[in-house]
Amino acid sequence: MSKNSNLKSKEDEGKRDFLIVSTYALAGVGAAAFVWPLIDQMNPAADTLALASTEIDLSSLEEGQSITVKWRGKPVFVRYRTKEEIKQANEVSLDEMRDPQLDTDRVTNEKYIVLVGVCTHLGCVPLGQKTGDVKGQYGGWFCPCHGSHYDNSGRIRKGPAPTNLAVPSYKFLSETLIRIG
Amino acid sequence: MSKPKFKNPVVKWIDYRLPIFTFMDHELNHYPTPKNLNYFWNFGSLAGIALITMIVTGIVLSMNYTAHVDHAFDSVERIMRDVNHGWLIRYIHMNASSFFFIVVFVHIFRGLYYGSYKAPRELLWILGVLILLLMMATAFMGYVLPWGQMSFWGATVITNLFSAIPVVGESIVTWLWGGFSVDNSTLNRFFSLHFVLPFVIVGVVILHLVALHRFGSNNPIGIDVKGSQDTLPFNPYYTIKDLFGLGIFLTLLAAAVFFFPNFMGHPDNYIEANPMVTPAHIVPDWYFLPFYAILRAIPDKLGGVLFMFGSIAVLFVLPWLDRSPVRSSQFRPIFKIFFWVLVFDCFLLGYLGAMPAEGIYVILSRVATAYYFFHFLILFPLLPYIEKTKPLPISISQPVLSGAATAAASATREKK
Repeated sequence: MSKNSNLKSKEDEGKRDFLIVSTYALAGVGAAAFVWPLIDQMNPAADTLALASTEIDLSSLEEGQSITVKWRGKPVFVRYRTKEEIKQANEVSLDEMRDPQLDTDRVTNEKYIVLVGVCTHLGCVPLGQKTGDVKGQYGGWFCPCHGSHYDNSGRIRKGPAPTNLAVPSYKFLSETLIRIG
Repeated sequence: MSKPKFKNPVVKWIDYRLPIFTFMDHELNHYPTPKNLNYFWNFGSLAGIALITMIVTGIVLSMNYTAHVDHAFDSVERIMRDVNHGWLIRYIHMNASSFFFIVVFVHIFRGLYYGSYKAPRELLWILGVLILLLMMATAFMGYVLPWGQMSFWGATVITNLFSAIPVVGESIVTWLWGGFSVDNSTLNRFFSLHFVLPFVIVGVVILHLVALHRFGSNNPIGIDVKGSQDTLPFNPYYTIKDLFGLGIFLTLLAAAVFFFPNFMGHPDNYIEANPMVTPAHIVPDWYFLPFYAILRAIPDKLGGVLFMFGSIAVLFVLPWLDRSPVRSSQFRPIFKIFFWVLVFDCFLLGYLGAMPAEGIYVILSRVATAYYFFHFLILFPLLPYIEKTKPLPISISQPVLSGAATAAASATREKK
């Protein structure tokens, strides 16, 4: 564009360059503004976000029993732990663990352990919720996909999983009613 | 055409093995284009951009749509209310379809006015008519997907057109439906076809462009390019002209999307489909109205269907119906008048298609239909025998450079 003989001076050239650059810039902004909605539509929609919290009634749960609840399309494990189990979870030495964490940091009410039931290795659902299930060497949960063993606080003890089972954010609305999310 | 010299070594390396950059340079950059094109030549590229807009927004919509009679209507409402920017994407898709037809209709009438369908561009024209047919099929099936009252009853009426075929008609309709009425199977196959046909259109568009670039664009005076003095390189002269037109097109599209998104739609389509109740007055989308008017003008089931399809079929054979060797209407004084009569006739048919099929509207529909076929089947072949065309300039450069030279040139031509 700089060789155009119709341009009278350096100043005209500068003006033209300015126009070209600003046109490209504006077109770029316009294109980005158009592309963003096309990308953002793949994010969770309003109705999906509205389902982001779930209430769980624990009143029918008895000591030693577990329930599984669906939250955001994933299973959430709640286990009413026995006194013995709680004691076990608190006595174990943190040095043995891959992802050391105190049991007290993982519960609100120590009777109920609430976990996202998704193995931190590659996303399978571990066994251990039902009475007949294999619970692994540490009496918690066992992931059948690649053999990860979790203890009754959901902490990884053996196998390929890198971290403990996640604890969702939840709140006790009353003694036996919790809201997840 | 000299080989382009690329400076970038990567481009050079690739181009030596896969000459895609040479191809693009040849077809999009240096591509010699008649220098006298007016703004009616913008509509081809606009149609291409409309097609891309439809495909992009359509793919995104399909990510959020459910093709099932129980969920289709709700999934569209969910797109409108819950999906991020879903309202915007759907309104663009809805309105761009109308704009696509507007652009394509202008493009077709441009071709009719300037004789762009004549030798050696017959196949170019035929491919264009094929694109129109595919567009109509795609648009019709797309209109069914929201599963509103108009969707359902439009689908019922249009598929029933095939029942007019003698003997096998009923079986064909059952086959189209995959059942005994428009139902879930119909919706599923329409979704599938609505998704795939646009890509078939892209394929035919590529053939359309290959055929176009064989002889280059026609031009307002309709005579062949005589040499490089008659042409300009496509870039930057026509890229910038096309971009300016695109700016106006997008402004109008945005105005429709943001300020009157439902203007070209029908309120009944926001009522969920009910196979038990037909709305009092059902109409197709506006771009089908002229064809719909022809269908209703003929007081016979099979006849109406044949005339309706015939109105497009005549376009396929148009290059051989028009016997005049002169392309542009600028040099055909009588044809030019009739061209505008045809334009008016098509608008009239469109209006009549939207009116109820009774009284004066039926009579007018018949007159307008008769004129449409008269224009193509009688006027096109016979007019050249009566019409005295104006003398053609000797080249595209001549009338541009000097009026006197043109007159002199045509005078010499006449003496010969």
